[in-house]
Amino acid sequence: MYRYDEFDEHFVRERVAQFADQVSRRLDGSLTEDEFKPLRLKNGVYLQLHAYMLRIAVPYGTLNSRQLRRLALIGEKYDRGYGHFTTRQNLQFNWPKLRDIPEILGLLADVEMHCIQTSGNCIRNVTADHFAGVAQDEIEDPRPTAELIRQWSSAHPEFSYLPRKFKIAVTGAEADRAVIKAHDIGLRLRRHPDTHETCYEVSVGGGLGRTPMIGKVVRDYLPKKDLLAYLEAIMRVYNLEGRRDNKYKARVKILVHEIGAEEFARRVEAEFAQLDGPSINADPEEVARIAAYFAPPAYETLPAVSNTLEAAKASNPAFARWVEVNTAPHKVPGYTALTISLKPIGQAPGDASSEQMRVVADLAQRYSFDELRVTHAQNLVLPHVRQRDLFAIWQKLGEAGLAEANIGLVTDIIACPGLDYCALATARSIPIAQAIQQRFANEARQREIGPLGIKISGCINACGHHHVGHIGILGLEKRGIESYQITLGGDATENAAIGEILGPGLAAEDVPDAIERIVAVYLAERAEGESFIDNVRRIGLAPFKAAFQETTRAAA
Amino acid sequence: MPLLDRNGARADGWTRSEGAAIDNIPAAIVPWEFLAEALDRQVPGQSIGVLIPNNLPTAELAPFLPRLALVAIAFPAYSDGRGFSQARQIRRVGFAGELRASGPLIADQFAYALSCGFDTVELPEASAARQPVEQWLRARASFSRTYQRGYGTPERNILDRRRAARTDAAATSAATP
Repeated sequence: MYRYDEFDEHFVRERVAQFADQVSRRLDGSLTEDEFKPLRLKNGVYLQLHAYMLRIAVPYGTLNSRQLRRLALIGEKYDRGYGHFTTRQNLQFNWPKLRDIPEILGLLADVEMHCIQTSGNCIRNVTADHFAGVAQDEIEDPRPTAELIRQWSSAHPEFSYLPRKFKIAVTGAEADRAVIKAHDIGLRLRRHPDTHETCYEVSVGGGLGRTPMIGKVVRDYLPKKDLLAYLEAIMRVYNLEGRRDNKYKARVKILVHEIGAEEFARRVEAEFAQLDGPSINADPEEVARIAAYFAPPAYETLPAVSNTLEAAKASNPAFARWVEVNTAPHKVPGYTALTISLKPIGQAPGDASSEQMRVVADLAQRYSFDELRVTHAQNLVLPHVRQRDLFAIWQKLGEAGLAEANIGLVTDIIACPGLDYCALATARSIPIAQAIQQRFANEARQREIGPLGIKISGCINACGHHHVGHIGILGLEKRGIESYQITLGGDATENAAIGEILGPGLAAEDVPDAIERIVAVYLAERAEGESFIDNVRRIGLAPFKAAFQETTRAAA
Repeated sequence: MPLLDRNGARADGWTRSEGAAIDNIPAAIVPWEFLAEALDRQVPGQSIGVLIPNNLPTAELAPFLPRLALVAIAFPAYSDGRGFSQARQIRRVGFAGELRASGPLIADQFAYALSCGFDTVELPEASAARQPVEQWLRARASFSRTYQRGYGTPERNILDRRRAARTDAAATSAATP
């Protein structure tokens, strides 16, 4: 993974000093609260319902064991012994004290971490495919691109006071695991059909929130060398022309929607044509310098199938089930990419205790070339595990309460912190997730249902990605009572789609019943081997709506 | 209104005019809507500058630039960053006169403004009173080097410094027998 050079190190230290200076200028009255707010947000410091919240950047979701141990330490020393992994691959602490934050930033800088641009109206922490570098369907590793964008977007002189936040995601694989179509900019590495060079497909104007939109392709094949100049052109058009009269219409998706993707692309291309690429872009040696950090680790030559693994699976069905559900194919024979579920039944999705973080850090160091990943689905990944080590890992994870075999299943729920923490929330998310998990806890039942993504947001801002959940749940407040709106048919992959609302909102206690009825329709209607989302696409919403209405009637 | 350049407080030799009547003003800043008329009235030796709103397309301003000695871009709020992009475009089309950011900026934007091509920042009295000049100079120096190429000197750019280090290393290894 990437390591800081002297310049990166110095930059992050200067950012820590700058923040300390900003805090002191707020305290002595030089800055008004209004002026200070965006400065603290751009360093990840939110004021939440009960306390400050600190959001730490995990660039493109990549961590080493030392970094995760440092997060564990911070959680223990400055928080309540746990942290929350987010849908943007970051980590949040919910209870730090403002006075401790400069010290925390120093501790992070020691391990090449920071909180730069994890909030605010700027280019946010860039995200990427959590199986980058190991996925079998990968054309090119997205991490060098993501790292280049991380550097380029840090304290950008022109694009730090944008109309609204701006999120960029990168994938280099055929399957989209980075939800690129729901980002302000989504980049997909692909091969040009004629030249066979890798290029970027550039999508703009995706986003969730109160006006969900799927990103539109504005460039089919952008040469890799032109990336930064092209991003500069997009950002300049947005900075100049994005709406600033209404914060809910200020994202680039609204501009793209109002003027049309074609006109937006035309304006970007006109700006791009005016730019002197060589004076803006990173030179090929710089790109190669970054890429070298992501060279594959020293894999052993192993048989494609591990007899040790097969024997352990044969004698232990629970283990076999976990392997089947939580591992993904790896480029290299004998290895696997293991996803560790942070969704044990009944826990807050994405939370990990400091103790659990240390267990995972130890496993990463011992079994995964010291590397791990955070997924946008709020789980962790050990990307390079020898198949024969899986049993030992499973046992260790089991002791730490982290051996849930539910990746991609009905209980692997994405949920935002909701009204339990968040100042913006209109309803609780975590208890809804927990109630659904309890209802579907039975492993055989989960297996029968198969892949099904439920995503829950506690307000219209959609941090829980409910629009792209196969089943989406949005918590609203109606006359002082929480009300949950259910959507169906959303998709976060390369077949990105926004879910459609099934019917009127439900009370919290009726949500698990509604999910059961929806699932029952699928189980009754599905064709052989047909997944939930494929079934919804084939038979349409009507049968699900009918079943949903029974819930509403039963509740009435 | 208080004026700053990269070295600190600076006297303002310009006078704001509300309209196109600039007869006795040696260096006059006129609002964008009166610019054409003011230029018609320009007398030899008189300098004219313009205050533009931050939604003015650069293409509309460009034909006037050769006759202007100053362009001031209005920042209605510190949080409205359009002026940074306008400044970049105005510099790109070759404007070499004074470029001024006019509005309630905060000290933390000083380095950004200078990097985007501004020479001066003109502050409302209240902003300037709260944020002494030393704070602006300290904030200007917050980052000794930055990542974005083309926003300042190569000396202060991290990618350019890395490139220079590579060139040096290559030269050294070539020179070593």
